[in-house]
Amino acid sequence: MSVTTPDTATGLSADLAPRRRRFWAFLLSELKPQGKLLTTFNVISIPVMLAALVIVVLRFAGGLGAVTNLSDAWPWGIWAAVDVIAGVAFAGGAYVLCFMVYILGIKKYAPAVRVTVLASFLAYLFYAGALLLELGRPWNIVNPIIGNNFGLSAVLFLVAWHFLLYMIAALLEFSPAIAEWAGAPRLRRVLQSMTLGAVILGVALSLLHQSGLGALFLMSGPKIHPLWFSEFLPILFLVSSIFAGLSLVIVESAIAKRVFAHVMDAEHKKTHRRISFGLARICAGAMFAYLGMVVITFVHGHDAASLTGGMGAWWLVEILGFTALPGALFVVAIKRRSLTGIRLASVLTLIGVLMNRLNVCVIAYRWDAPNHYVPTWMEVVVTLGIIFAEVWVLRWIILRMPILRKPPAWARADDARRGISSH
Amino acid sequence: MNRRGFFKLCGAAAGSTALAARAGGRALASAPRSETDPYGILIDTTRCVGCNTCSEACAEAHELPEPNTDEDVLKDTTVEQWTVINKFDVEDEEIYVKRQCMHCLEPACVSACLTEAMHKTEDGAVVWEADKCMGCRLCMLSCPFDIPKYEWNSPNPRVQKCVRCFERTEDGKVPACVDACPEEAIVFGRRSQLLAEAHKRMAENPDDYTDHIYGENEAGGTAMLYLAAVPFEELGFKTNLGTRAFPEYTKEFLYAVPFVLAGVPALLLGINRATHHRDDDDDVTPHEEG
Repeated sequence: MSVTTPDTATGLSADLAPRRRRFWAFLLSELKPQGKLLTTFNVISIPVMLAALVIVVLRFAGGLGAVTNLSDAWPWGIWAAVDVIAGVAFAGGAYVLCFMVYILGIKKYAPAVRVTVLASFLAYLFYAGALLLELGRPWNIVNPIIGNNFGLSAVLFLVAWHFLLYMIAALLEFSPAIAEWAGAPRLRRVLQSMTLGAVILGVALSLLHQSGLGALFLMSGPKIHPLWFSEFLPILFLVSSIFAGLSLVIVESAIAKRVFAHVMDAEHKKTHRRISFGLARICAGAMFAYLGMVVITFVHGHDAASLTGGMGAWWLVEILGFTALPGALFVVAIKRRSLTGIRLASVLTLIGVLMNRLNVCVIAYRWDAPNHYVPTWMEVVVTLGIIFAEVWVLRWIILRMPILRKPPAWARADDARRGISSH
Repeated sequence: MNRRGFFKLCGAAAGSTALAARAGGRALASAPRSETDPYGILIDTTRCVGCNTCSEACAEAHELPEPNTDEDVLKDTTVEQWTVINKFDVEDEEIYVKRQCMHCLEPACVSACLTEAMHKTEDGAVVWEADKCMGCRLCMLSCPFDIPKYEWNSPNPRVQKCVRCFERTEDGKVPACVDACPEEAIVFGRRSQLLAEAHKRMAENPDDYTDHIYGENEAGGTAMLYLAAVPFEELGFKTNLGTRAFPEYTKEFLYAVPFVLAGVPALLLGINRATHHRDDDDDVTPHEEG
């Protein structure tokens, strides 16, 4: 598109002006639902979210004991394990992709960046939200952020700060899309100029809080089954977040290609296959690195005898069935150019990472104690409700903002004039 | 990127470094250490007759309900009972073991707490402060002795456990349980004095004691010390805790944080500059991600 007014600072095209002048009207019109209301996803997710809301009210009225099976022996349940510990690992795709595109300058992956950063930001936002339900006294959550209650020797203190800063960094990385949607060229330029700084901070923070989630368990060593505990837990958590995050990107983009086809431009459709295979290669590499580390920690700390019994078998299911097998499947599928193969491998990988985090946090925690914690149905409903709510917001944004398509013409024209390439 | 952009980035890098230094400065000082010789309690299980006077005194001192004194079950402390007496039948002998917070020299719960709600008083009692706690329960996850207990059915839950009657000892009194014990099975004092006393008893009556003071080195040492006639694993004590203070297990990670935050941003910026080779060749159309 040709630039309409090259000498103005903004290069606003005519169609943008009404959007800017009447922003509130525009926002209200955007808030209306788009598309069919009676979809399978809506029919399932709406009742679950409503039920979750009711359970949350009960939780705040009667304490955590009113709706969960948490106890003094199992202080953390699936809200912590699935929403926070596993959810953050699944959000790891953003820092890996940002590193490749913004730091290494690999343009191939650029079309996947926005949607991944958005999904990751929302994951953190909703899981921090889930944390508010999980915390016994959530109104004190500001204590480690402001005031003089800095528990500086606490791993969780660092993780909390990193969460907060990372959310800001991820929002900054994503924010040019909001400016494009709102039709704000000047704001877009300012936000764009902060992208690299945000990425650098975001990658550094991710390295630390992904591993930090593993470090939370370093003092629980005697209570966790030795097959799942090692002093290298932080490194194992970090490495597994690479393939957890990228597997989710592969699965999400496969779904997006089907359900968001109408808001996806030709470039995104065309590059989908290439990007998926590229990410699959990184997944396979990271998984074999991870398996190597797991084997070494096993050899150092155990002998074959520790693999007998139920927990030994369960460990083998996780490591062989849901880590080594999908790793091998990635390799075979890449060789045979099978997109279905790498999608299947990604799904198995996601199950494996979820199993691992649940094992460390809940299942292998006091594995030998009687009356082991099993979540209530209410805990399951709230966990699902939070995930559904996140998908709702994700869908709302993807349908409205330039996430799976090129930025609007005025934005591209602005970039072209300033000599930078937009994607 | 222009000069201003570069300086902005440097600012971001410097900011993260400053934060790292701040975090690291205290991390280097390791877990909170109170006095080197805190107050503690010596519990001689060979003298305890299981009368439960101590549990009752504890309940009274802290306005807790009537304690559970049932001898036939293995009891754990609860939010409403901060000390319990359990009976163990070993070699046809009934041995009574008092159980409560161990008041570690370097407590895992304190180093796990991100709000300093769990902290050590100056004379070595590990206590919890309601106003600061956000209820993450990492203290419970981290405690090697599984002591902190939680009010699961309260909308405003507290973490409860033995506070070693820190208010009484600040006034020069001894803890309620020590005060109440009719058999002098529990003694209050400086930890060094208690250790000396324990060693003296073991030396004077070597046949009466197993050659081990539980708490002298367990989990880096605790202010509560135990003497017993039989090996401690037969009395329900955890013997797999090692002698390293628990906060040490997170030390490497805490050290790594300032390292990474100080080094990685500069490294990333360098890689970014190297791959976006604009200044090297002015003929090439400059490009940058948008």
